[in-house]
Amino acid sequence: MKSKKPGKNPKKKMTRREFLRVGARAGLALGAAGVAGGAFLRGRQTADLRWQLDPDKCIQCGRCATHCVLTPSAVKAVHAYDVCGYCELCSGYFKPNALLLDTAAENRLCPVSAIKRTFVEDPYYQYTIDTDLCIGCGKCVKGCQSFGNGSLFLQAMHDRCVNCNECAIARACPARAWTRLPASAPYMLKGKSRGSGDAKK
Amino acid sequence: MKRRYAVTLLVLALAAGGVAHAQDRFPRPEFKSDYATPTLQVPNAPDSVYEFIDLGVLAAAVIAMSAIALKLRSRNAIFVLSIASLVYFGFIRRGCICPIGAIQNVTLALADPTYAVPLSVVGFFLVPLAATLFFGRTFCAGVCPLGAIQDLVVLKPIKIPKPAAAVLGVVPFLYLGLAVLFTAAGIGFVICRFDPFVEIFRFGSRLEILAYAGVLLGIGVFVARPYCRFLCPYGALLSVLSRFSRRHVTISPTECVECRLCEDACPVDAILPPAGGAAGGTGEPRRASVRRLTVSVLLIPLLMAAGAAGGKLLEGFFVRLSPDVALQTALAAEKAAGTADAAEETRLFRESGETEAALAARVDRTKAVLSIGSALFGAFVGLVIALKLLGLAVPPANTSYVPDRAACVSCGRCFRACPQEHVRLRGRINSPTSLE
Repeated sequence: MKSKKPGKNPKKKMTRREFLRVGARAGLALGAAGVAGGAFLRGRQTADLRWQLDPDKCIQCGRCATHCVLTPSAVKAVHAYDVCGYCELCSGYFKPNALLLDTAAENRLCPVSAIKRTFVEDPYYQYTIDTDLCIGCGKCVKGCQSFGNGSLFLQAMHDRCVNCNECAIARACPARAWTRLPASAPYMLKGKSRGSGDAKK
Repeated sequence: MKRRYAVTLLVLALAAGGVAHAQDRFPRPEFKSDYATPTLQVPNAPDSVYEFIDLGVLAAAVIAMSAIALKLRSRNAIFVLSIASLVYFGFIRRGCICPIGAIQNVTLALADPTYAVPLSVVGFFLVPLAATLFFGRTFCAGVCPLGAIQDLVVLKPIKIPKPAAAVLGVVPFLYLGLAVLFTAAGIGFVICRFDPFVEIFRFGSRLEILAYAGVLLGIGVFVARPYCRFLCPYGALLSVLSRFSRRHVTISPTECVECRLCEDACPVDAILPPAGGAAGGTGEPRRASVRRLTVSVLLIPLLMAAGAAGGKLLEGFFVRLSPDVALQTALAAEKAAGTADAAEETRLFRESGETEAALAARVDRTKAVLSIGSALFGAFVGLVIALKLLGLAVPPANTSYVPDRAACVSCGRCFRACPQEHVRLRGRINSPTSLE
C-alpha cells in the first residue's frame, strides 16, 4: 500500500500493477519449476514407465480380460517353453473333467481356442498361444499354475498397451500385481527369459 | 497314458501334502527327436524416444499456436493447428500422457517416495505452464485435444450470467484440489478416470463416459467449452498463470477504438468492457475502494480457516472413498457376521494371500494423508473463494476492450470482429507503399 500512486509518472517507471504482475509472474514461474523439479528429483526417473503385472503375484481373477480399456485386452497369456513339462494331460489346456484328451471344444479350457496343441513325440505335446485370439482371461494360467509347472502366465503386450496414466486393470487388480517398469525392460518373464526382458523394481 | 496317472498322483499328493513349488512339478522332458524348444518372444515397448518426440511436438505446437494467435492473428490457422493437434495427441497418441493428467503424476511423485515420475511426464506438465507465463493460454486454444474437440462444436454460443459463471468458475479449483488430495492419499487418479473424451480418442466402450462426453459436447454447442471453463483442473492452473503472462492475445491489432463490435464475438465471455472513468477507475471515492480492498484481504485468512474446518468435516467421506478402506470395512463386517468370502473383493483378497497387516498399513497411510489433507483442501477452497472476492474488489484498470486474461483461451474468434483488424488485413493485401 506504500508504493506510489498509479499514474504519477507512468511513462518512466512501471506502475504498481505492472510491478505486481512481474513479481507474481516470477513467483509463479519459480513455483511451477519448483514443483516439477522437486517431483523429478524425488525419483530421478529419466526412462519412461510401462505397466506390467508380476506373474508371481497374479491370482488369475479374470479382471485383465474385463477391465482393460482395450477390447480385447492388451494382456495376453504367454508361454515360457523352457518351464513347460510338455504334458499330454495339460491342466492349462483341458478342462478338469475332460472326457477325451483331444482338441474338441468341449474338452478345452480356453474359451476362444487360442491355444494350439501340437504333437512333438510320445508322450509330449507343445502348447502354443495365438496372441491374436487370446483375450487374457487367464483360465489356462490358472490351470497351469494349479496343477502344472506354471509355464503359462499373463503379461501386458506392449505393442498393444496404450499405457494409460492410471491402468484400469491395475486399479481393479485384487492381488496388487501391477507395477510400472522402465520402457527398456517392460516384462516380467519366467524361465530362461527372466532377466533378458525382465526388470524387477 | 503313464503321464496321465502321474498327474493324478501328483494332484492327490498336492491335495494331501500342501503346495510344492509350481516349477518343480514336472521335469523338463528329454526329447529323443531333434526338437528345439522355442523361446518366448514378447513385443518390445515403443522406444522411449517417442515420448520425447511427443514432448517436442507439444512444445513446437504450443510455440506455433502462440505465434499464430499473437503475431499472425489468423483464426483459420488456429483452427487448422487445433485439428492437427486433435488428430495427433487425441487419436494417434490416444490421449495419454496429457498435461491435465500429469498433475497427478507430479503429485504422486511428491507424495509417494516409491513412485518416480518420468522426465517426459514432467515435461508435459511444465511446457504448457511455461508457455502460458509468456503468451497466455495458447495451449488451451487447440493444442490440448480436449479443448480442440470442444472448440469444434461451438456453434451457437450464449452468454452465461456473470454470477453463475463466477460460481461455476470455482469448480475447476475444487476439482484440482480433490485430484491432488485423492492422488496423495492413494485413492486414485480421478482426472483420468473421469476424462470425458479419452473414450472417443480410443474408440472405447465405457458407456457412462461416452454419455458424459456426449452431454458435454451437446452443452458445448451453446455453452462454449464447458469442460475447459467449468471443470478442467489444469485450466484452473493456467488461468492463474495467464493473469500474469508476459504477453497475451489482443482483440485489436493496434489500438481499440471502443466501437463495441467485439462485444458479442467471444464464445467464452472473456471480453472485458472498458471500466468507467477516464483513468480506469470506477469513479467511486478512493477511500471506499481502499476499504473494500482491506476487507477482502482480511477475509483471506478467515475464509481459509473456515474452509479448513469445513474440509475437516468431509474427512470421513473422503476416507470412505478409498478402495483399501472399503475392503478393510468389508473384511471386518464379514468377520463380525462370520460369513467369510461373501463378497468378490474379500474372496479375492484372501486368495491373493496379502496380509491384513499390509492392508492396514496402507489404510493408515491413507487416513494420515486425509487427516491433514482434508483440512488443507478446505483451506485451499477458502483461499480460492477469497481471491475471487479480492478480484471483484480490485477496480478494473482497462480503458478499452481487452481480453480477460484468466478466461481467454486464445481461440481467435474476436480478431475479425475488430474493424482495426480489417484495416490491418487490407493493408497487407495492398502493400503499404501503394497507399502513399
